[in-house]
Amino acid sequence: MKRDYLIMLVLLAALIVAPMFIYPVFLMKLLCFALFACAFNLLLGYTGLLSFGHAAFFGGSAYITGHLVRNGFDINFTAPGFLKFISLSVDTAPLTPELGLLAGTAVAAALGFLVGGLAIRRAGIYFAMITLALAQMVYFLALQFPFTGGEDGLQGVPRGRLFGIFDLTQTYTMYFFVLAIFCIGFWIIYRAIHSPFGQVLKAIRENEPRAISLGYDVDKYKLVAFVLSAALSGLAGSTKTLVFQLASLTDVHWHMSGEVVLMTLLGGMGTVFGPIAGAAIVVGLQNYAAGLGEWVTVITGAIFVMCVLAFRRGVVGEIGALFKK
Amino acid sequence: MKLNPNHRAVLIGAALTLALAACGKKDEAPKTAEPAATPSSTATTPPPGAPSTAAAPSAGSGKISDGAVKIGVLTDLSGLYSDLAGSGAVLATQMAIETFQEQAKPDFKIEMVSSDHQNKGDIAANKARQWFDTEAVDVITELVTTSTALAVMKVAKEKNKITLVSGAASTAITNEECTDTNVHWTYDTYSLANGTGKAVVKQGGDTWYFLTADYKFGQSLEADTTAVVKANGGKVLGSVRHPFPGTDFSSFLLQAQASGAKVIGLANAGTDTTNSIKQAAEFGITPKQTLAGLLMFISDVHALGLKATQGMYLTTGYYWDRDDDTRAWSKRFFDKHKRMPTMVQAGQYSAVMHYLNAVKAAGTDDTAAVMKTMKATPISDFFAKNGKVREDGRMVHDMYLVQVKKPDESKAAWDYYHIRQTIPGEQAFQPLAQSKCPLVKK
Repeated sequence: MKRDYLIMLVLLAALIVAPMFIYPVFLMKLLCFALFACAFNLLLGYTGLLSFGHAAFFGGSAYITGHLVRNGFDINFTAPGFLKFISLSVDTAPLTPELGLLAGTAVAAALGFLVGGLAIRRAGIYFAMITLALAQMVYFLALQFPFTGGEDGLQGVPRGRLFGIFDLTQTYTMYFFVLAIFCIGFWIIYRAIHSPFGQVLKAIRENEPRAISLGYDVDKYKLVAFVLSAALSGLAGSTKTLVFQLASLTDVHWHMSGEVVLMTLLGGMGTVFGPIAGAAIVVGLQNYAAGLGEWVTVITGAIFVMCVLAFRRGVVGEIGALFKK
Repeated sequence: MKLNPNHRAVLIGAALTLALAACGKKDEAPKTAEPAATPSSTATTPPPGAPSTAAAPSAGSGKISDGAVKIGVLTDLSGLYSDLAGSGAVLATQMAIETFQEQAKPDFKIEMVSSDHQNKGDIAANKARQWFDTEAVDVITELVTTSTALAVMKVAKEKNKITLVSGAASTAITNEECTDTNVHWTYDTYSLANGTGKAVVKQGGDTWYFLTADYKFGQSLEADTTAVVKANGGKVLGSVRHPFPGTDFSSFLLQAQASGAKVIGLANAGTDTTNSIKQAAEFGITPKQTLAGLLMFISDVHALGLKATQGMYLTTGYYWDRDDDTRAWSKRFFDKHKRMPTMVQAGQYSAVMHYLNAVKAAGTDDTAAVMKTMKATPISDFFAKNGKVREDGRMVHDMYLVQVKKPDESKAAWDYYHIRQTIPGEQAFQPLAQSKCPLVKK
């Protein structure tokens, strides 16, 4: 526990000075994906549920935030076909960034409630398939809805002013805003893991029938963990939209669901800091290997193979195991 | 040298160590503050603040920022579009720079960096920002796929830098999303749909049936072409929408076959197009009914082979075997790349060349001045004989309706097209009067 706090302090200090040495926009991207991976780890690493549809929460809220911050609520919607009677017409001013983030997160949580509510009835591969199927439906919606811009993506999202005071178009202001969001998200996850609630999750992961026999309503715990994970993934997606000022189909594509699994596994699932390391590896490779041209996929693949062979428990998991000896 | 992101990481580390070791030494400080301005082994850019040596002499110059013009090629090097753009586009850029240096003898240095955007908008936007902020890149080019092009255009507008789009297709680039720092060079969906639609009807293909990818891009391609076909006296018998991305097109193709239309318009792109062409050949649809590709490149024809694609109509902005100029340039390209250039790659060369000429003519790489010169100067090279850049950023030039040759008509490798018709620029592209670009004064 004490060691965790120490690492956190060092990490925070490093992140505060990092933008002086590393390109800040890249760091912001890293933080968004690190939060996404941490949120995912809450589910995979601590509850033992492998969701293959987290891109839906990440990308879905990215679109919601992007649209609300750019255009406000301007829903002018009539359902197609026989659902014609469903129609809605609202128009408000564009939202401020903090409200946009909250709205994105709330939508992700609601979506998580729906998806989770259906998916947790099954376990293992069936759970993964249900989440994947439902996430593909979200992808389909993102492709079809006019406001998402389809293939072109939702472009030109303004960063705006935080609380009407801080000008987020300034790179450093934006960086510290993202850092603050990351810290809040990370703290929520850390507290959740180390609370009695987290203990129950771990019990479910280790032996579900035993947790049931002890009198825990396992489904409820799973659902809460799922919703929490979805909401924080959504927060990460919304923040990413503000950083890059765009949301695109990449964010909701199943590749993204795969990428977050990869980040968590590479870093070490079920470790507190693993997903951060994993996100750093994956995002760093995407960014810095990009200059290598057509070799990028080969090199990335080779590094993944090496990681899997050398670090069975993930990078952080392996380091943690060293200390335990 | 395109390795400098990696070198940069090393450089940052080295600079950091240096700065820590020699805290008192003031001359180390700028290195940490601006690590990428002296990139890796190329190191031709003087550090900011140092007097620029290269841009000193002649013609009122000395206005080249950082002493060099730096071109960033941001493209798909590893994915779906790497054949039609990719390393060929990087090569085309290099060729343009070399040729320009030989012929125009500029008094400024020219550098190039390239990177893979992996068709992801966020990676593209991140890279573009980084290039503009820390590596003094003046112009970003190529940008295949619309989502990356739009993302980079926004960043460039914000930083007041230029983008030259060659590979992306959407008309949104010069309509709703247009910026005054962008030129859309090679083609767009309107010109392809319009060119193919109009010309095919005139060639006698007056009944159409559409096979449409069921998303915004496919639908707009279908709508654009339908309008053109109808305006020219053709009839649209119907259309069928297939899911995107699709793999099995059999039921859709059979509907198209049953419609009895002379022409089947393929309002889709990429692997959807190639798969539907292959399957159309397997069902025996193709010799009897003609396919019209609304977004096809010579690289697709090369991949599919003439047997599957023969007789197909498509519109292209460039074909290597058109005249002596195109043959000469394409041969140079082929010698290095071992593939004939696609229109995107040829357009990339043309765009970079026009940009460099504009910088030389304007005597500065200042964005507004270069954009003004680029728009004021007509384009006449192997790619475009009478091209001009419009105020919405559209480069208007002649397009060509081609028909894919039968296997026995093709005499050599890459001998694929009959040029059936030259479509003059003002007919090929969307008229300025219809543009939704706010920059266009009406």
